[in-house]
Amino acid sequence: MTLENQTITCIDFGKLIGSVERFRNEGYRLVQIGCTKVGDQYEINYSFDKDYHFENLRITVTADIEIPSISGMYWNSFIYENEMHDLFGIPVRGMNIDFKGTFIRTAVKFPFSMPPVTVVKGDKP
Amino acid sequence: MSKQIIVPFGPQHPVLPEPIHLDLVLEDEKVVDVVPSIGYIHRGFEKLVEKREYTEYVYIAERTCGICSFVHGATYCQGIEQIMKIDVPERAQYLRVIWSEYSRLHSHLLWLGLFADSFGFENLFMSAWKIREGILDVMEETTGGRVIQGSCKVGGVRRDISNEKLDEMVKDLDRIDRDMKELTTVFLKDSSIQHRLRNVGVISREDAYHLGAVGPTARGSGVAIDARKLGYGAYDRLNVHVVTESCGDCYSRCAVRANELFTSTDLIRQAAKKIPEGPIDVKVTGSPDGEYFMRAEQPRGELVHYLKGNGTKFLVRSRIRTPTLTNIPALLKMLQGCELADVPVIVMSIDPCISCTER
Repeated sequence: MTLENQTITCIDFGKLIGSVERFRNEGYRLVQIGCTKVGDQYEINYSFDKDYHFENLRITVTADIEIPSISGMYWNSFIYENEMHDLFGIPVRGMNIDFKGTFIRTAVKFPFSMPPVTVVKGDKP
Repeated sequence: MSKQIIVPFGPQHPVLPEPIHLDLVLEDEKVVDVVPSIGYIHRGFEKLVEKREYTEYVYIAERTCGICSFVHGATYCQGIEQIMKIDVPERAQYLRVIWSEYSRLHSHLLWLGLFADSFGFENLFMSAWKIREGILDVMEETTGGRVIQGSCKVGGVRRDISNEKLDEMVKDLDRIDRDMKELTTVFLKDSSIQHRLRNVGVISREDAYHLGAVGPTARGSGVAIDARKLGYGAYDRLNVHVVTESCGDCYSRCAVRANELFTSTDLIRQAAKKIPEGPIDVKVTGSPDGEYFMRAEQPRGELVHYLKGNGTKFLVRSRIRTPTLTNIPALLKMLQGCELADVPVIVMSIDPCISCTER
C-alpha cells in the first residue's frame, strides 16, 4: 500500500497563530483540528492539506490554558474549536461563532476531559 | 432593512432523515444568516476506544454510519495497518476497493432518491431506490450484510469473492449502468429539475476550498480533491477519474454524484480485471504503537480516522473527522442569501449524514 507522507511539527503554544497564518498564506485548506489526552496534558493537532500534501501542527497544553481561535484565518475552524470545548472542556478564545458549550449537546459535560468522567447508572442528561 | 425573524429548521423536518438544527435568520423570505447546532444523537463512539481492543473496534468504526459503514471499517483498518506496518495481501486490497465502490453506488443512489423527494419528485425517488436494492443485494451476497458488512478486519478481509462471482458481478454492471443512465438522464436533463436546482445554493470555488468543503460538495464547485488519488488500498493501481462541475449550485452537486456512479462501476470493472489470486488476510500479532491520520474518500467526501496507540491492545485515541462535519461551514455559506423555500433542497444537496457527524 502507498504510504502517505505525513508531517507532524510540534510547536510552542505561543507560535500557533503565526504558524497557522503561514499555512493560510501558502493556500492550504484546514482539514481538521483534533485533540488527544496524553497524561495530564492535551495534544491538539491542526491538520492542513494542499495538493494532497498533508501537514500537521501540534501544540501541547494543560486544561487551564485558553488557546486562541484560528477562525480569523480559517472561518470553518469554529466547528472543531467548539467541538474541542464541548468534548474536552478546553477554553478557546475569540471564536467567530461561540456556541458556549451547546454545539454538541452531550449527556455528560466535557466527556473527554480530565479527570476522566464517570457516568453513574441512572444519570440523566 | 426589513424586520428580522428567526425560523427554526429542524431537528425534525420532512427532508431530514436525521436531526440537525438550523436557526434561519430571515428578512422577508430571504435567509440572511444561519446558526447550526448538532449533538441531538451524539453517541460518543470515540470514547469506546478506551474499552474495546483495537481488533474489536473495527465493529464500532463500521457502526459510525449505516450507509458508508464499509468505508469507515476499511479506513480504520488501514490506519491500524499503517501504524503496525502490516503488508495486506493484494487481493484483500482489491476486494476493499470493490466493496468501497459498491458502497459509493449505494450511497449516491440513496441520496439521489432523497434529493428527488426533497423537490417533490416521488417516482424518481422510487426509481433510484429500486436500482439501489440490486446494489445492496450484491453487498449482502458477497459480505453477508446489507448495511453493516463486517467483512473488513485488521490485516485483510474476512471473505473472498470467487472469480466466477466477480465475472457475474461485472456482467451485471452493464445492466446497472443502463438503469443508472436512464435515471441520471432525468436528473440532468429534465427542465423542471434544472429550473429547481440551477443557481440555487451557489458556493464559489474559492469559498468551497477555504471553508474546507470536501467530496461532491467541493467538486461541484470545481475543487478537484478526491482522497482516492492518495492511492490507498489498490487505488494507486487503478485509473481514478475525478468528476468535477464548475457552477457550484445544487445542480452541479447533483451532476457530480450522478456522474460518479459511472466512475464507481468503472473502478469495479478495473479492479475485477486486475485482482490477483492469493490470500485475503495476514496474521496480526502485537499492538499498535504510534499514530496515523488515515484519509479515505467516503461517498460524501474525505474521511479522516486519526488513530494513536501506545503499544497496548487499547488505543489511546480514535478521532473520526467525517465529511458532513467539515461541509457544515460551506452549507452555511450556501444558505446565506437564499429563499426560505430553497433551504430544504440546499441542505440535502450536501448529502448530510448526521449519523457520521454524531459519531
